[in-house]
Amino acid sequence: MSKTEATLNGDSQWPLWEVFVQGPEGEPHSHAGSLHAPDAALALQNARDVYSRRGGVSSIWVVPAKDIIASSSAENGLMFEPMDSKVYRHAQFYKVPRGVKNL
Amino acid sequence: MDETAQIENFERRIAAGESIEPKDWMPERFRKQLTRMISQHAHSEIVGMLPEGAWITRAPTLRRKITLLAKVQDEGGHGLYLYCAAETLGADRSELIDQLLAGKAKYSSIFNYPTLSWADIGVIGWFVDGAAIVNQTMLAKASYGPYSRAMIRICKEENFHKKQGFEIVATLAAGTPAQHAMVQDAVNRWWWPSLMMFGPHDADSPNSAELKRWGIKRRSNDELRQRFVDMTVPQAQAVNLTLPDPELRYNAATDQWHFGEINWEEFHRVINGDGPCNKERLQARRDAHENGRWVREAAEAYAAKQQRMQAA
Ligand SMILES: [Fe+2]
Ligand SMILES: [Fe+2]
Repeated sequence: MSKTEATLNGDSQWPLWEVFVQGPEGEPHSHAGSLHAPDAALALQNARDVYSRRGGVSSIWVVPAKDIIASSSAENGLMFEPMDSKVYRHAQFYKVPRGVKNL
Repeated sequence: MDETAQIENFERRIAAGESIEPKDWMPERFRKQLTRMISQHAHSEIVGMLPEGAWITRAPTLRRKITLLAKVQDEGGHGLYLYCAAETLGADRSELIDQLLAGKAKYSSIFNYPTLSWADIGVIGWFVDGAAIVNQTMLAKASYGPYSRAMIRICKEENFHKKQGFEIVATLAAGTPAQHAMVQDAVNRWWWPSLMMFGPHDADSPNSAELKRWGIKRRSNDELRQRFVDMTVPQAQAVNLTLPDPELRYNAATDQWHFGEINWEEFHRVINGDGPCNKERLQARRDAHENGRWVREAAEAYAAKQQRMQAA
């Protein structure tokens, strides 16, 4: 597709990118927001300017929004309820004889 | 699920304090109201850069200048967070911006007033960002997830805006008689327009009941305005400044400050396009859009070239 010519008027919105930011090293990346950018390099640079102005950031991921596949809360029942009844997957489910430590 | 069941389920979720997310079912009217509200909020942040931006080159010291630059840059960031939140509702960002540039979109009436002296920069941080914080702290609990999350991010940044403003105000108020007079004059001009930021009285606010029922607004315009007044009066007293309202007095029974009636004719006039700076503000936004075109074109051309080189 000759997308270049079609959008070369400065009024294109550009693709949408989702931004994930890692706070201190060792923390997980978490979703910060989104932005538009023509390519990955500019998406990263804009993400730096928009989502790390107060510092405290050690890494940024940008992901094309169109590539994210999300679950829908309408299907939350099907998706997640089976797990709610599986209490035996939690440590608290199990009884330990009185006095036994470090279990 | 049929429509009635969907609405019931939606309202049950709101009542339970659940957060509505972009892919969830929501009534069309909810989507419309939120898009209107969030885009107006985004426009306000962007237009709000202009009155303060006008003083960046004239800031009295380097410290004040870097502060003001950082603050105005924050406001641009706030606009971006909010446009992105509006987009999660299916709004088209370029359409929203076109509406603003065409003069068809509303934004906060406060930004249609001029910044006449350096003291205005202090008073804007104190009053305008202060009022915004009161409003945005409430919106941080809004039922729509992306809006609420943008508000939480914004609130964290706003405290610096308010404090740097009050620092300017306190410095001038404790300065020479001329400096004190300058900041008092700024207070006199910005007080009433700041109270107008909270919008019409509850009784005259057609959208309020619906926004409240849907958990978007959790407090009414009048409640928020009162909270702002109660917060601000002691701050003014602390730095020896008076607020331009002869009716202002403490009511011991309610533990609140009673204040006079807002000039609603002025409010409607300014919000409908006839304030002191409406035309100037829109022209500045249009110029910025046009003058930035070559940058956007260059970025696109570069991205296209990179793509071609990768393909080859
Ligand atoms: Fe802001
Ligand atoms: Fe602000």
